[in-house]
Amino acid sequence: MGKTALEKDLKRDIEKELLLGNAALARGLVENGCRMAVAYPGTPSSEILSSVAALKTAEDLEMHVQWAVNEKVAFEIAYAGALSGLRTAVAMKQVGLNVASDPLMSAAYMGTKGGFIVISADDPGPHSSQTEQDSRLMAMMAKIPVLDPASPAQALEMTGPAYEMSETFRIPVMIRPTTRVCHARQDVPLGLIPRERGTVAFDKEPSRWAATPKFRFRLHGELEEKLKVIADYGPTAPVLLNDGANGSKAVLVSGVAAAHMPEILREMGLWDRLPLYQVIQPFPLHDAVMTDVLDRYEEILVVEETMGVIEMQMADRCKVRGKLTGHVDRVGELLPERIGEIVGEFAGQPPASVPMPSAPGRRPTLCAGCPHRASFFAIKKAAPKGIYTSDIGCYTLGLNLGAVDTVLCMGAAISQAAGFYHAHKAEAKRPDIVATMGDSTFFHAGVPALIDAVVQNVGFVLVILDNRTTAMTGNQPTPASGFGAVGEPLARLDIETLARGCGVGFCETADPYGLDDFIALLKRAVAHTRADGGGPAVVIARHPCLLDRRQGAAAHEVVRVAVTDDCDGCGYCVSHFECPALSLDEAEDHVRLDRALCNGCGVCVSVCPKGAIVDSG
Amino acid sequence: MTSAIQQQIVISGVGGQGVLFVTRLLAEAAMIRNLPVFTSETHGMAQRGGTVVSHLKVGDFSSPLIRRGKADGLLALKPENVAGGHGTYLKPGGWTVVNLDRPYPHVLAGPVHEVDADGLAETHGDSRAMNLILLGFALTRIGDDFFCGPDDVRAALEKRPAGKGAMRSDAPSALAAGMEAAR
Repeated sequence: MGKTALEKDLKRDIEKELLLGNAALARGLVENGCRMAVAYPGTPSSEILSSVAALKTAEDLEMHVQWAVNEKVAFEIAYAGALSGLRTAVAMKQVGLNVASDPLMSAAYMGTKGGFIVISADDPGPHSSQTEQDSRLMAMMAKIPVLDPASPAQALEMTGPAYEMSETFRIPVMIRPTTRVCHARQDVPLGLIPRERGTVAFDKEPSRWAATPKFRFRLHGELEEKLKVIADYGPTAPVLLNDGANGSKAVLVSGVAAAHMPEILREMGLWDRLPLYQVIQPFPLHDAVMTDVLDRYEEILVVEETMGVIEMQMADRCKVRGKLTGHVDRVGELLPERIGEIVGEFAGQPPASVPMPSAPGRRPTLCAGCPHRASFFAIKKAAPKGIYTSDIGCYTLGLNLGAVDTVLCMGAAISQAAGFYHAHKAEAKRPDIVATMGDSTFFHAGVPALIDAVVQNVGFVLVILDNRTTAMTGNQPTPASGFGAVGEPLARLDIETLARGCGVGFCETADPYGLDDFIALLKRAVAHTRADGGGPAVVIARHPCLLDRRQGAAAHEVVRVAVTDDCDGCGYCVSHFECPALSLDEAEDHVRLDRALCNGCGVCVSVCPKGAIVDSG
Repeated sequence: MTSAIQQQIVISGVGGQGVLFVTRLLAEAAMIRNLPVFTSETHGMAQRGGTVVSHLKVGDFSSPLIRRGKADGLLALKPENVAGGHGTYLKPGGWTVVNLDRPYPHVLAGPVHEVDADGLAETHGDSRAMNLILLGFALTRIGDDFFCGPDDVRAALEKRPAGKGAMRSDAPSALAAGMEAAR
């Protein structure tokens, strides 16, 4: 019986390390001579760049590693590095690729000189994302090849061929891992890390690097020619995983489905009866191989996430079963249980039904002591019937507190606030509008929207939740942190100066832990936005993230909180402040404090309307 | 290397309890035993106090995920999602080790081992040591049916580099406290 590529990896007798999929990608980049890596964090991609940074430090590598202000900027920096002949990479999550789509579409036409890898991590489920979009479809739209790894080991293995393909065809190459590859950990064989520096040389070629429409047309033709050859490129051709399997039906898989399927087929006794092909390169499809597959089998099932990218490229779809034909779910992650059902039905062998969980699980919440909680409580006090626009980050969880009404995409809290203002401004009783946005998101996409709001004199309060870090994705630095990806000192931007530079007249900074003062400040900000000609007000809520070890020195004074007998169990603190350390004991009509969770921020002392939560010293 | 051992363990809890830490430690213990290993983890928003589950597969596997009804064991750092939730991962007769301080309704067919790891951690003097206490308890109680033993976990702890995730000085004693409670 044939062995799968995955199994062969496990047999190699060389040094192995337990690597997260993202760390395996990082290792692959570095082992293949990547000299510049740039990213903006976003789950599930964040650990790629931090792992490159860790390797740079551990191996003392001469390379540029940085977090950029957003994905578009990250892409353009890494792309220019490749134009100078270096091997470079940019990493992001799928919605980050939307932000970087402008340079992506053009870079495809212009091509590259040094190898240029675009890693865009998708999140079927979604587990920690706004959409389940398929980056492979973005690669198809841009007309660049995309590789789809099944496991951390394969992700590492793919980086070499990806760089070679990029340099051979002078084209950006995308690697598209999904959450289950990024956040799987596997014993992965290690290769050597090259020490030599790449040659840096930018060859001027304005008809390419600064192409006008006439030249773009020519480049577009060139691109089509490249794709034809790439559709026949050996190293990325589909692989038959169960050589020797015989049957009239076949299965095509890509991504993590190619990892799930062998276990499922073996267990169902289908391993020898259902030829299983892994499509390594979902775009452009290897036409010749696909034509052969279509000729050879009567029915072909395609299992891929999250859209039918392979399926829709099949020349003759009469024999093809997948998402377009309703045989495979179009929404959600393809968990192995579901894949078992799908392939069972396809093979005429439906499996026994599996018990799926009935318990909903616990919803995420802001950490005990999180400064955002205090900010949200204050916002509800200062603008009780307001419209609360918010954004992408931990503070999306302000939903639980009823202090978040909208979350669209990075930076939209400000532009949506403007939209609500313009819609409601003629009303006699215009609602107050308060936008919340984290510091990292403000830098990422908030600044242009704020400039627009100043110019249009939009009456709204922007609360910048400044915890000096990109918290949700694992505490990456922001432009206000003053240090970079490997901890190197960098220039430190001041958010207040930046906001004033955008033309904001009302701009004040305060610590939300001082709850009463913070509520008073917000009330003044709201009054400013209501005054004639007031325009935007910016309040910077500054307190470090409690999870950020690097800001440990800035830790607050710990308040020894206690709940006194004055507590009558009204539950106000539990429903309006929602701290995980406070819970209502309904039998006792009393609020309980969990000391193991309490961070001693002491904000709840000001929250209790009965004065029953006290600082017991 | 090919291994006869094939073991699938689900580790569950809520964000902040150390589910990822325990998973990684067990994966490192598998490496020490020269066993192929796969894990799958929860990152991002769900880590903020939400339900967290990770999968650990030791032996020749190609998929990082455990299917419902296939797990050999369940290590539950919180009891609340065992019945009707993560318990559905267990194969018939699969074991459960659960951290709880009061009786909790179970509907699991397999053996269930209960320990008040939070209480033991308080006694131990560090509430964050709960995860290691629970692990020590599980290694002893499950014994030969666990792919690794306390020595492997201790070795994995000692191999951890300095910095984030470095071994706390009281880690071996927390592990030992859990083992003691299982006897």
